[in-house]
Parts: sequence; C-alpha cells; structure tokens
Amino acid sequence: MVRLITHNMLACHVKNCTKDNFPLVFSEVELVIRPAPENLEFIQRFLPKLDWTALVDTARSLGDTSLPETMPDQITEDQLKALHHVLMEMHIEEGNMTCRNCGHVYPISNGIPNMLLAEHEVGR
Amino acid sequence: MSRPEEISPPEIFYGDVEASKYTANSRIKSIQSQMTQRALELLALPEDDTAFVLDIGCGSGLSGELLDEAGHVWVGVDIAPSMLEVALEREVEGDLFLHDIGQGFGFRPGTFDGAISISVIQWLLNADSASHSPPQRLNRFFTTLHSALKNPSRAIFQFYPNSDDQVQMIVTAAQRAGFGGGLVVDYPNSKKARKMYLCLMVGQQEIPKALDGTTDGMEVDGQGLGMEKRREEIRNERKRRKDAAGGGKKGKRGKTEVDAKEWILKKKDLYRARGKEGVPRDSKYTARKRKTYF
Repeated sequence: MVRLITHNMLACHVKNCTKDNFPLVFSEVELVIRPAPENLEFIQRFLPKLDWTALVDTARSLGDTSLPETMPDQITEDQLKALHHVLMEMHIEEGNMTCRNCGHVYPISNGIPNMLLAEHEVGR
Repeated sequence: MSRPEEISPPEIFYGDVEASKYTANSRIKSIQSQMTQRALELLALPEDDTAFVLDIGCGSGLSGELLDEAGHVWVGVDIAPSMLEVALEREVEGDLFLHDIGQGFGFRPGTFDGAISISVIQWLLNADSASHSPPQRLNRFFTTLHSALKNPSRAIFQFYPNSDDQVQMIVTAAQRAGFGGGLVVDYPNSKKARKMYLCLMVGQQEIPKALDGTTDGMEVDGQGLGMEKRREEIRNERKRRKDAAGGGKKGKRGKTEVDAKEWILKKKDLYRARGKEGVPRDSKYTARKRKTYF
C-alpha cells in the first residue's frame, strides 16, 4: 500500500547516503488502483511539499502520463483530479524500491515496504 | 503483570498469536483509543483540515482507525510484521512501513504536520542486540523525526517509563535533537489512570495542560523546558543573595542570613519538581533540631 504521496516523501536513510538519495526507483512493480474519496483541498495544500519532477518521473515510470512536465503556476481542477489519482489511488503492492546513490534495495511485499537496515548501514 | 518490554524484543513479542490477541481484546482496544484521542487532542491539529500524520509504532492500526475517522492522511511504521499483517486485514487507510524507529527515518524535511505514538518509545530503551545502544538509537530517532516534521508542529508520545531515569533519558535526548516541550502527566495522583504524554514541539509553542480529574486543579509537570527555567531562577536567586552579602564583609559570604527552615523547604520543593521519589512531607517538625542524646 505504498501510495505515491508517501513515496514522494521518502528518501534513502542508509548511513552516509545523503546525496542523490531521492526518489527511490521502483522496479518489478505490481500496481493496484484503489478509488479513494477526493479531497482536493488537501492536495492543494500539499502542493508546496511535493517534489514535482520526482513525482512526474515516478508516475511516468509507472505508466501514468496525466501530469504535465513542469508544475503549472495556476493549477486547474482537472489537474488536481489527476494529481489525486496519482497520489492517493495508485498503490504499489509488490516490487522493489532502489536507492540511486547507494543501491540499497527496499523490497515491498504485500504492500508493506521493508525499511529495516543491516547493522552496518545504520546512521549515527 | 510483568512488562512486555522486559520479556522479548518487540518484533518477537508481538508475533502472530500476541498480535491477534492484542487486537481482539476489547479492553486494550478501548484504552488504546482513549489514549489516541487524548494524543490527538494534545496534537492540536487545525480543525476540519486534513493533515499528513505519522503514526510511530502503529501496530495493528488501532490508532490509525481514529486518524481515519478524523479524516487525516497518515503513514504508520512498526517493527512487528505480524501486527502489520493484522493491520492489512483490518483494511486501514494509511500506508504501512516495516521499520525500526531506532534506525531513524528517511522522510524528507518538513513532511509531516504532526506525529503520534502510543505506548512505543519505552521499547527504544531496550538493547535487544549487542550493537544496540539505547542513547544512540534515541538520538537517531529524535533527530530524524525532528527534521521530518514541519515547523511549527507537534509530536505526542504516550509511554510507560520504568523509572524516572528513563524519563530523564528520553527527555534529554529529545531536547538535544532540538525539540521543545515537555511532559504532560494526566491524573498524576491516580495509580491506574495516570498517563504520561511527552509533548514535543518544533518551533515556539506552549505546553498543553494535563488532566487532573478535577475541573480547575490542573497540574503540569514541567520536566522539560519548565525545569530549565526553574534552574535558571534558582541560579539567579543564589547570585542575588551572594551579591547582597558581598556588600558587607567579604569573609562571611552571607551565611547567617538564610533561615535553615526556608532553605530546607526550598530544597524539598526543588526535589519534588525534579520528580525525585521519597521526599518527606512538610510538617511542623520540618527543620527542627534533634534533641541531643548522650
């Protein structure tokens, strides 16, 4: 049940992995669409927190091309609806998330990503 | 009943059996939901607005259900896979992560509008493997959490400390990570209903009031920043006294001016404020000289 809203907030937390550790790259993904009640006001308020490029790249890699390349200055309602679909309704059930910098793989099984680190990877 | 954190590590203690027992038990359920309600109250999120909340140690999603009801979007982390499985079966709305909170979070800065955690952080004080060092894990946990929260925001932790030392350790670790705030003890005089909430704040805010059972007799156990202020006051007081005494002769240092009883009362107050156990009551016998026996 990794939604893209959470994925957009998630960086790699391995020790000394501080550069280029976001976004985590999906691979071997099993995607499930689950309708969720719309809350466009929340999405609107959430906009400043989003990393737009990362979101669009990830959405495209998952086969959703409804979002424009750059963040629109004045967002329309249709765009908000598309955002809602991408952020809240796309769930990753199975697959892997890989850090682009250190290559750590976070496996997702049954909708739950395993974020546990090995002892030597834990930061101080 | 012995405490679960003394039995085994959390991911083993909350195995399949314990996880389903935990979620099926209506008493645990009602206590958990009460504490979550209170934590949400202390969290003081803006009303009628959907917020992005982190649930630390979400378990089977008992607290998450209340977050759903309040209309918040949430992310839950827990270390026990069995508990998360139960949460999946119960079809909670939030995203679930298998995560050891002592290893720190990887969330981007300013992600969450708030964080709650019900009966979890006492587990961080255990060293379950040779490489675990509780102060280090607490430190890592609080620093990464601090950066994952937006400014201003709050994080509320309900927890069951074993001793005052543990409370001290947690509070210091949180302060070192840059959090403000302190402890709120609900119903401090009741053995059963007594609940401790650690209210941590990012940015400048005021500590909320504790519940006392009576309507107006509220008491805040200002262990956090309140303590710091108090210490400052005492230091200043001492300095002032020294200065006043220093006006006369330098050799005496104003020793005689302080009344013995006053001094003892002040010391006792200080110990009580620090939460030290076994401070004697004040009575008419306080600071009286003992008879000399031969």
